[in-house]
Amino acid sequence: MLTPEQIEQHLHRILLKVQKPGRYVGGELNQTLKDWQSVSTHIALIFPDIYDLGLPNLGLAILYDQINQRPDALAERAYAPWTDMEAEMRKAGLPIYSLESKHPLSAFDILGFSLPYESLYTNVLTILDLAGIPLLANERDESSPLIIAGGHAAFNPEPMSRFIDAFVIGEGEEVIHEIINVHQAWKESGTSRNDLFVRLSAIPGVYIPALYTVDYHPDGTVQAIRPLIETAPIPIVKRIVPTLPPPLTRFLVPSIDIVHNRIAIEIMRGCTRGCRFCQAGMITRPVRERSVDEIIQAIEEALDLTGYEEVGLLSLSSSDYTHIRELVDRVSQRFGDRKLTVTLPSLRIESFSVQLMDQLHDLRPGGGFTLAPEAATERMRQIINKGISSHQFLETIRAVFDRGWNTVKLYFMIGHPEETLEDVQAIVDLCHTVLAEGHKRVGGRARVHVGVSTFIPKAHTPFQWVAVDSIEQIRLKQDILRRGLRAQGFKLTWVEPEVTLLEAWLSRGDRRLGEVILRAWQLGAKFDAWQDHFNIQLWLQAFNDCGLDPTFYSHRQRSLDEILPWSHISTAVRAQYLKQDFLWSKEGRLRNDCRDHCYACGILPEFSDLRLKTPPEAWKCPPVKVKKPLQREATL
Amino acid sequence: MNGSAPETLHRYRIVYARGEELRYVGHLDMQTVWERTLRRARVPIAFSQGFNPRPRFHIAAALPLGFTSLCEIADLWLIEEMPIPNLLERLQKASPPGLSIQSIMEVPLDWPALQTQVLQAEYRVDFFNDLPLDDLQQKVQGILSQASLSRVWRNKSYDLRPLIHAIEIIPPSSLKPFPSLRMLLSAREGATGRPEEVLSTLGIDATEVRVERTRLLLN
Repeated sequence: MLTPEQIEQHLHRILLKVQKPGRYVGGELNQTLKDWQSVSTHIALIFPDIYDLGLPNLGLAILYDQINQRPDALAERAYAPWTDMEAEMRKAGLPIYSLESKHPLSAFDILGFSLPYESLYTNVLTILDLAGIPLLANERDESSPLIIAGGHAAFNPEPMSRFIDAFVIGEGEEVIHEIINVHQAWKESGTSRNDLFVRLSAIPGVYIPALYTVDYHPDGTVQAIRPLIETAPIPIVKRIVPTLPPPLTRFLVPSIDIVHNRIAIEIMRGCTRGCRFCQAGMITRPVRERSVDEIIQAIEEALDLTGYEEVGLLSLSSSDYTHIRELVDRVSQRFGDRKLTVTLPSLRIESFSVQLMDQLHDLRPGGGFTLAPEAATERMRQIINKGISSHQFLETIRAVFDRGWNTVKLYFMIGHPEETLEDVQAIVDLCHTVLAEGHKRVGGRARVHVGVSTFIPKAHTPFQWVAVDSIEQIRLKQDILRRGLRAQGFKLTWVEPEVTLLEAWLSRGDRRLGEVILRAWQLGAKFDAWQDHFNIQLWLQAFNDCGLDPTFYSHRQRSLDEILPWSHISTAVRAQYLKQDFLWSKEGRLRNDCRDHCYACGILPEFSDLRLKTPPEAWKCPPVKVKKPLQREATL
Repeated sequence: MNGSAPETLHRYRIVYARGEELRYVGHLDMQTVWERTLRRARVPIAFSQGFNPRPRFHIAAALPLGFTSLCEIADLWLIEEMPIPNLLERLQKASPPGLSIQSIMEVPLDWPALQTQVLQAEYRVDFFNDLPLDDLQQKVQGILSQASLSRVWRNKSYDLRPLIHAIEIIPPSSLKPFPSLRMLLSAREGATGRPEEVLSTLGIDATEVRVERTRLLLN
């Protein structure tokens, strides 16, 4: 194994040959560099894409901070090297190393991968390979680090289950400490790697794929998911923190330009709106908010610690934050003269949102006003549970132009269940109406930017049973959009259908997908999230080589009784609730904001112990009178 | 600032070193590194006018990627006067790893732009490996004896020779096992001698050396 000094020497010779060498050296403001010998547990936190995208990842930043606060552990970072650097590293025989101390990743006790989306999967294999660690979990022994992963994509862990030793389902702030504790006790005991797995499986929210087996029906659907040892839990229920811990303020400040240069403060976690396509809204329940005081103080502290010129107030639906008006007021009073930009994403479509942005005055970002109607007809919006009327939408649009914005950015999705070509044409028509409103109000300066993604039925949502549009359907719909939005004043962006298909396969797949991922990687798939690198042919060949049919995963309407590949993972939202919501969607029946009325999604009974220990105002679930404790739905 | 009384600006000249941690930071990124340092230090920054106001902070001469420096110079404008020791302390405290501020002095507002005041830059080149001293001497002599050295940089041909004021070999010592080069190059706007170009003319692989800027000579 190379020493950190040897790695540094190699780097000096390589770095001037690659683009943006500043990605590979660490040493940023606010990095933590501990004495390697002084701690017993060494963890490398890894974002499997380049530094520029990985550094701003809030989840890893929180874990970095959490772990480094412990005196007995250290966390360092690694990212995927860009292809030029990978080639140089391979040429020099240089292993992937951590940015802080330059230890090779194989010297760490635990490698923790963030998996926010599926198109990063092949990069995980590249990184394991560059670390000299066996790719397959069952080929590793006690000398290999423990490979763990978490993030939203881990809510269907099956496709990556061959490569990852342990998944964390849900929020990581607390469970990471439990994993470290268990690892330390195991290391002292000197027992087998399998014993470590058994110990880890006792931690709520930790899923060890090796402790389960999957049986399939002859038609390829799942027959059963069975634990191999008695103590392995089924289902594996996600972890949540009862209240949000104080926000991170000591952000890393890179010395080179990256995608998001900002302080990110989560003002609220979860969302009560229940849009049926939205996985985040289903898996991040219940809604927990931070207080205005806590947020203001965190911004103040973070500004002093970082010097950043932008603050992002993050949530799934900013307008729904209970004290949003007070927050915006106080932010603009306190920071209005500091030459900052404050972003407030995911505003609801109502004129109140326009007032809010207006209230930010000098702090509001330049550029357009962003709204996400997701669909253009009321019928379609009822199906997806995005309960806004066309009247309300146009009112908001008028307010936007009236208050001085020239550009509106609109986000839509095509491919929703039961969508017709008329619904797609309606997107075109609506955008024309919006531009016409703009012309009336701001004249020729009016611009409408239209971003159209393609719907993928994600695991754990009410739409998890439905099929993805075929590539021909997607093309047809995108043609309608391209033809309809050619006029001056429009800018249209869309997602290539092949990209959607890959994401659909990987997010809806079962364990057998692991073989496909490995094969695709062997064929050269990497950086699949990058248009220049993504090559669908490699994936089609990989499916073919593995004897699997990709359409089985993407284009098959699944029966409501089918055991889904992720059905042993519980988000605490009951399967019965999702089914009911799916049936409601077929009737075009809306489910209103659940702050006003509890629809018994399952969160409260699952986490009743936590709820009792938490102040009533901490969760935005309304009080419910429960006569007798609800029985947990059998998920299998 | 509309409507308020015109601010009295103060101009400060900062001399600072750029160490290892900032070796791979480009010129534009260095500007941002400084802006964030100024914000953390909470000094009364003068901002540029316009749609996208930025702190008034000008760096004398771009430092090529991969180099360190002992002697960077920059001018900073503040909207209030600050006692030098106070300003120095605040900036030092707010500096990121690799940035160390050496001195600050107030300079007249009407001095010409810093970039136009730079005349020459001195660099020290350290070798990773040993190389025959005679051979190096011959190569250096070879260059210095030429009347012109035609080179191509970004598709434009130019003469490197007049941009070289001196090249000197520092023989190995008890502290340094391998020889070094000291070179004094022109650093005027539009007439900048690049150390990489000199090295390439000498037939030296840029990945086999480390370069540090050791001096900037101003008018």
